[in-house]
Amino acid sequence: MADQMTNPVLDINNLVVSVGKKPNGAKIIDGISIQVHEGETLCLVGESGSGKSVTSLTTMGLLPKGTLVPSGGSVKLVGEEILTATDRRLRQLRATKMAMIFQEPMTALNPVVPVGRQIDEVLRAHTKLDAKARKKRILDMMEQVHLPQVERIFASYPHRLSGGQRQRIMIAMALVLEPKLLIADEPTTALDVTTQKQILSLIRELQRDHGTAVLFITHDMGVVAEIADRVAVMRQGRLVETGPLDTVLRNPTMEYTRNLLAAVPSLVPRPPREESKEPIVLEANDLSKIYKERAFFGKGREVVAADKVTLTLRKGRTLGIVGESGSGKSTVARCIVRLIDPTSGGVRLAGREISDISRRLLQPHRQKIQIVFQDPYRSLNPRVTVGESIAEGPINYGVSHANAMKRARELLELVGLPADAVSRYPHQFSGGQRQRIAIARALALDPDVLVADEAVSALDVSVQAQVLDLLDEIQKRLGIAILFITHDLRVAAQICDEVVVMQHGRVVEQGPAAEVLTHPQEAYTRALLEAAPGRGWDFANFRPVSEGVVATA
Amino acid sequence: MLGYLLRRIFAAVPVMGVVALFVFLLLRLTPGDPAAILAGDNATPERLERIRTSLGLNEPLIVQFITWVNKLLHGDLGTSLISNLPVMKMIGQRVEPSISIALSTIILAVMVAVPLGVIAAWKHGTWIDRFVMGLSVLGFSVPVFVVGYVLIQVFAIDLRWVPVQGFKSISAGFGPFFERIILPTCALSFIYIALIARMTRAAMLDVLGEDYVRTARAKGINEVAVMLRHALRNAAVPVITVIGTGFALLISGVVVTESVFNIPGIGRLTVDAVLARDYPVIQAMILLTSLIYVVVNLLIDVAYTLLDPRIRY
Repeated sequence: MADQMTNPVLDINNLVVSVGKKPNGAKIIDGISIQVHEGETLCLVGESGSGKSVTSLTTMGLLPKGTLVPSGGSVKLVGEEILTATDRRLRQLRATKMAMIFQEPMTALNPVVPVGRQIDEVLRAHTKLDAKARKKRILDMMEQVHLPQVERIFASYPHRLSGGQRQRIMIAMALVLEPKLLIADEPTTALDVTTQKQILSLIRELQRDHGTAVLFITHDMGVVAEIADRVAVMRQGRLVETGPLDTVLRNPTMEYTRNLLAAVPSLVPRPPREESKEPIVLEANDLSKIYKERAFFGKGREVVAADKVTLTLRKGRTLGIVGESGSGKSTVARCIVRLIDPTSGGVRLAGREISDISRRLLQPHRQKIQIVFQDPYRSLNPRVTVGESIAEGPINYGVSHANAMKRARELLELVGLPADAVSRYPHQFSGGQRQRIAIARALALDPDVLVADEAVSALDVSVQAQVLDLLDEIQKRLGIAILFITHDLRVAAQICDEVVVMQHGRVVEQGPAAEVLTHPQEAYTRALLEAAPGRGWDFANFRPVSEGVVATA
Repeated sequence: MLGYLLRRIFAAVPVMGVVALFVFLLLRLTPGDPAAILAGDNATPERLERIRTSLGLNEPLIVQFITWVNKLLHGDLGTSLISNLPVMKMIGQRVEPSISIALSTIILAVMVAVPLGVIAAWKHGTWIDRFVMGLSVLGFSVPVFVVGYVLIQVFAIDLRWVPVQGFKSISAGFGPFFERIILPTCALSFIYIALIARMTRAAMLDVLGEDYVRTARAKGINEVAVMLRHALRNAAVPVITVIGTGFALLISGVVVTESVFNIPGIGRLTVDAVLARDYPVIQAMILLTSLIYVVVNLLIDVAYTLLDPRIRY
């Protein structure tokens, strides 16, 4: 724990950031005060729109000019005021006194410059070292972030590296000049859990070695539990609550913090439902998908995206497919819905084989299986009203326009939105509401099976909890079967009856969720569970898992 | 890279083959007797027969095609019906002026337009941006002959700095070459500056919103380096495309400028040939234009791979 008596590395005092230069512009940040000390990690937690990223960009002096303007308060970095610093001074401070790493390692590096040179740029801008000394320092830093074959990676372009490797490069770039303050803006959100675990421990390790103060921005309570010394909870530009990690997780004083914690799905699977005797609605047998890359000359490459996947789903049940990126879980979902054609194997939908029938013959079966996608911001046509989007499916199957629109109104109410939302456009809704609309659209055809492909992954936890509840309720009311694809074991634990764990296109383990997620038989499943951030905490009950009666279900 | 080049050149062969076939059929499949078309309205029967034999029109179509392609490959493009000169020679004389003007125009346009576009994007929304965009609208809307005549009036007639018109080969010395080429280059580059500046600005604005530009700024490097090293190179691909196609257009289609400045270029040769129905010349011009486009596209694609390591073929 850091010595609270020393001067803070970062001291934000009553900061206000408004939209535009006018004095009455809306306040995005409304009077927040936080301090980060040497060697300490402060987690800034909040849902989307809470202003946590704006806070970090203000500190770096990177706010979009003219759009967002700090209009009050102060930001002091090791005693020096940032808000009034000149552009020149800010440039000098960046990378030397303060550095930042970002959420998307895939896009945060310049794709046309080798990564070594991108790190080198920091040294060239801020030091007078010669080329040899710079390279030595870079390679040394790359070793500190545990990159393999540093010479080779030094000369590689970003697209040759994995997401985890790119994030390591970003960290090396940020820390190469040993800044006093590291701002990490959701640095692991775009990474798989196993990679996330490595990156988190890397940040901890480097912080320990260099005494860096870390301002860590995240929306994920699990990550908070892993890395924070202190926690600051933000909501709509205001600070809700600050305190040491343990205090905030055990005794949150504010209602909002309590709700936020309560919404975190537990890793402990929900009590299993009775064994189902209902008929099987969906079956996949030895389903495989092989992508062939054809080369102009020479041999092509083969990628096995799904390898002999077999699964069954009964009416009224939820089957989860869990796995990391590239595990083939989405490929399987898309083959089952026939958005792509499987290379081999069979899919039986309500007793009818659909894997190899032609697109035309498939048409009547399509309405029995519908899909909800991950990103509600991109899965609805922005120029079509919500009602028309929902009604389009039934109209294609011969329902009159008037009836389809009537049904659309009913469905909107079913998913908890006002019926008059039919005439509005997607941009008038929040992410959670859009996902409800996407669900209504999928339900419009009365499908037997609903495929949810990472359907809650892009949502804030509180919204995520609501959408999960909605799916549960719809399942109870309509008896629909749900195929739920997710990378998030917490979500899987709360909604699935059975789970299939996939890795590299293969099924590693499958069985009842309560069984697989508590007593995993396979090493990979165990590794996945161990990498789940914050698994030691039972957030919803404000206590560590070990202290609670271990819910043996 | 070398393998890729060879493959691309190899792939251009069928393209040129199809063009050649089209050009060949252009004359053979037009309604009426090709010999009559070639000979003109007042031809005697003997002249018609002579043309038929000389073109081998009495042979089967396929034989005619093979003979024609064979001649083509040996640099024999036929003889002009109007001037009776070998087409190859006629074109040869016109190539230098056209290529000189195309090159100088594109170089001038890029040198002016790219910085303008970059600055406009950098100062997005300010008066500088609006000024550059205003200039570009002007460049689009003022016809090239107006610019040309204004330039001639000011610099050739009033100030007497340069000759009014004409073209001198560079082999006659750089001075005479330069003073004659400078005005047409300025006139022509107007619209290309407008086009390339707009394209550069749009591409830069896209790229400036990218995460890696934010990363570059977070490193504390200066704005010039952010713009040039990080943004411009990523914005280059669409800009290169415009420059490349612009260059191809410049070689083959600048009739107005050639007329205003009285330059014996390819554009005027084409127009004269079309007006006079000089079929052998028209055929040669179509072939030449296609070849230019194929080569320019190849160069554009090669430029892509040099600029962006992710692009591999």
